[in-house]
Amino acid sequence: MTLRRAAFITGIVVLCAWTSVPIYLIALGAVGGRTVVNSWPKPFLPPADLSFGTMREFLDISGVWSSAFYSVEAAVLCMSFSILLGVPAGYALARFVFPGATTYRLLIVLTRAFPVAILALPLTVGFIRLGLYDTPLGVGLMHTTLALPFAVLVSASLFQAIPRELEEAAWVFGCSPVRGFLWVVLPLALPGVAATAIFAFVISWNEVFAASVLTVRHKTLTAYLLSVLSESPLHVQFAGGFVLIIPSVLFIFLVRKRLFSMWGIANR
Amino acid sequence: MRNVLAWLGSTLFTAGLLTTAADASRAESLVFLSTQLRPIEEAQNMRKVILKDFPREVDYVTEQPPQLPVRIKAEQQGVTHTIDVVGALHGELQPLVPLDALVPLDDLAGQLNGRGIPDQLMTLGKFGTAHQLYIPWMQASYIMVANREALPYLPGGADINALGYDQLASWASAIQEKTGKRLLGFPAGPQGLMHRFFEGFLYPSYTGGVVVPFRSEAAEAMWAYFALLWKSVNPNSTSYNFMQEPLLSGDVWIGFDHIARMLDALRQKPDEFVAFPAPSGPKGRGYMPVLAGLAVVKGAPEMNGAMALIDYLDQPETQILTARSVGFFPVVKANLPPDLKPGLRLGANAIEKMQSAKDALPALLPIGLGQRGGEFDKVFMDTFQLVVLRGQKPRAVLDREAETLRRLMTETDAPCWQPDPPHTGACQVQ
Amino acid sequence: MRARYIPYLLIAPSLGFLTMLFFVPLAQTIALAFQADGIWSTENFARMAVDLNFTDAVVNTFEIVIIVVPLQLLLALAMAMMLQHVRAGRDIVLWIWSIPLGISDLAAGLVWLAILTDKGYLNTVLLALGVLSGPQSWLTYETPATLLAAIVVAELWRATAIVLVILVSGVQLIPKEYGEAAEVFGATPWQRFTRVTLPLLRPSIQTALILRTVLAFEMFAIVLSIGGRNFPVLVSEAFNWQYNQQDFGVAAAYAVIVMGVSLAATLVYLRVLRTPAEQR
Repeated sequence: MTLRRAAFITGIVVLCAWTSVPIYLIALGAVGGRTVVNSWPKPFLPPADLSFGTMREFLDISGVWSSAFYSVEAAVLCMSFSILLGVPAGYALARFVFPGATTYRLLIVLTRAFPVAILALPLTVGFIRLGLYDTPLGVGLMHTTLALPFAVLVSASLFQAIPRELEEAAWVFGCSPVRGFLWVVLPLALPGVAATAIFAFVISWNEVFAASVLTVRHKTLTAYLLSVLSESPLHVQFAGGFVLIIPSVLFIFLVRKRLFSMWGIANR
Repeated sequence: MRNVLAWLGSTLFTAGLLTTAADASRAESLVFLSTQLRPIEEAQNMRKVILKDFPREVDYVTEQPPQLPVRIKAEQQGVTHTIDVVGALHGELQPLVPLDALVPLDDLAGQLNGRGIPDQLMTLGKFGTAHQLYIPWMQASYIMVANREALPYLPGGADINALGYDQLASWASAIQEKTGKRLLGFPAGPQGLMHRFFEGFLYPSYTGGVVVPFRSEAAEAMWAYFALLWKSVNPNSTSYNFMQEPLLSGDVWIGFDHIARMLDALRQKPDEFVAFPAPSGPKGRGYMPVLAGLAVVKGAPEMNGAMALIDYLDQPETQILTARSVGFFPVVKANLPPDLKPGLRLGANAIEKMQSAKDALPALLPIGLGQRGGEFDKVFMDTFQLVVLRGQKPRAVLDREAETLRRLMTETDAPCWQPDPPHTGACQVQ
Repeated sequence: MRARYIPYLLIAPSLGFLTMLFFVPLAQTIALAFQADGIWSTENFARMAVDLNFTDAVVNTFEIVIIVVPLQLLLALAMAMMLQHVRAGRDIVLWIWSIPLGISDLAAGLVWLAILTDKGYLNTVLLALGVLSGPQSWLTYETPATLLAAIVVAELWRATAIVLVILVSGVQLIPKEYGEAAEVFGATPWQRFTRVTLPLLRPSIQTALILRTVLAFEMFAIVLSIGGRNFPVLVSEAFNWQYNQQDFGVAAAYAVIVMGVSLAATLVYLRVLRTPAEQR
């Protein structure tokens, strides 16, 4: 058993390393500056003289902080809308068999199947007409269309796995369908809803293309940095990439426990 | 979860407050949208150094070149206009002409008469129409840069400032033989400017033209030469967008690129590199000058401010400041000060040598292609891919691509431009 | 007794939202694909098909999808199952494994390029191990096999977390009793996995596969970083036609192809992996 356990633990460690080593390398490139990025053979340890200079340069640039706020605004809006629109739809797909269900699923998938880069022009014109051009709200709405398929399909698969009997039991005991949903089903589905929230936030935070197309002066942080970075020297690109990783990693860390809240309940 | 929500809620609220405050302060500023000076350091330079002495507040926004026509078109079709001044390359402003998005600047051009902007550049700014659609802003060109370590391998008797393409080939293969590595590089990546090399340097030098002799025998010989030269080229070239990176890391010893994309290398290690003009071929030393211009968008909210900004950017002092920061040189009469940093001085000298060479053959940017400049570039890049990368016979490829080129020229009705001889009607491929 | 209109009421808000913000511009763009100079024609598709990169783009895209998606499913399943047996620090491990979710395509492309380039980290390790004697190219047009492998590895790293998070949320809703009952009846761990866990995970697997496949057909940022011009895929070509050649018709044609293929794949998944009604 110990050998098996050891193999198991090795497996876990290897997978963790596989995930984190590239992140470490990004950080290395970010603080190592030009010397690390252009050297051969590449060093695996940070140089004696760390330079946070490049990253400090970023934070100094006019507009970085306000674009960070725009990013957060757009991401939170995306998250809220995706959940508000997606969870009820997922419930419908899971609990009801109705004509048009498959068509609806396909339509939802369709929104991700079409590359957003090609939709740029009609979208921009549409947004200008609606008065949403160059606003975080507009960007948030656009990102919601990107995150909605996740919200709908993930919550559908979640609700499918929650036995109908639980709800029906609640009705027997006098709960209205709505209360039954809110107090019995939803708590069980919380991990899925948390997963949806994470996807929505992260999709919005990382999304570059639609955000740069739809904004002029109120760019999100990613659009702002990445569009400028693509022509900067390599070490600057690393610094930018690293700065962008931190908030989403932090967010996932904050909600990680939610993904496991149901171990207890599953042990009925 | 509640804590997280509370935290997010309060962040949102604060964000809302702060951004409203930030917005209020930006309400009165001019919006200057530019496809040039995009990298962070250059953009900061523009904001903190170049625009510092302009009386009004300017919101300097950068844009990726392919996005420019999309954004302008969208604003034209909408109700709100945000952009006042646009700064972009000649080729990037061209798609805006058929959109009728640019304000004629004839009055402003008259005002700038005494600044010494060459007539040739002002004419380019008309795009073949009767009105001045952009005012020239700054100019640059393409150069070659070599690591000093490559110099010993130069063929005997070759003058680096007056190389021929054959000598370039001998040089590169000598390096390959002696070191075993392919150290010549070209910017053939997805965002690289390789197409300009063919349009402005190789074709004019070998055939004396660009469109007319596209499938001539001279062109066939040229492609055969280039396919042979490619054997000494670092295969990673198809990923290089900016030659300064591989030059700095030593992956490449000899490179060709736009001067702005070489500057980082020249600035970082001026003692390690030399800059020199592109080589010459049988018909001369072809080169392509690059011109950036300033235009005003129709419906701009601050028309007067826009004109004033253009005037300011074209003043000799501002032009010198720009040259110091970004490697684009003045279009007005302004003497570059002697205390230019060494890297920039290297580049400036190379460009000067190229422009004043006895066999210099300027090849202009395409005129009259409207929005289809990209299709024009694709003809050359496709030919390159088929002949050089996939090893197909030049004659068959040239004939096929010539058909595409012919169709493009007829459909756009674009007249011939230098160095092709002038021709009434659309430029014809022979 | 549920009123018949209730499901429609529940999906109405999302449908309305998408119609306004997505389907209308989509219809405009699709129309663009089937028009040339204002008349309905398939000229754009013809032009797309004879382009020198078209066949490569189609083949490359399918290669990537067919290789990457199954691998990711297997890897994510293994990771999800392993997670079940971790006792202490379970949430930390899941957090580490989902970090790639938070990395934008461009940053991921950047770091894998740094690892796999001639003078990159991989070659540094190989040099130290004595396998190589100097910088070695893996990503050029002269080495198509290693280029494909590189893109597969980078995509595997970047996007497995998406599948993992969906599967993990699904796994937790499987009541422990089923597995315990099977164990009581003498089922081996493998049998428990294939006969109990997998069937109950079907809805999540279906969702994960649909989403991952659709995203895989759309991938292009990582391919562009690592492969440059050497590895055209459908969306990178669409992007080039749209922005470099300013030919919106052909770009829309490419996008229509991507959409068609994704929808076909979705239909296949919906059919093959459908959950029988009793199981809901």
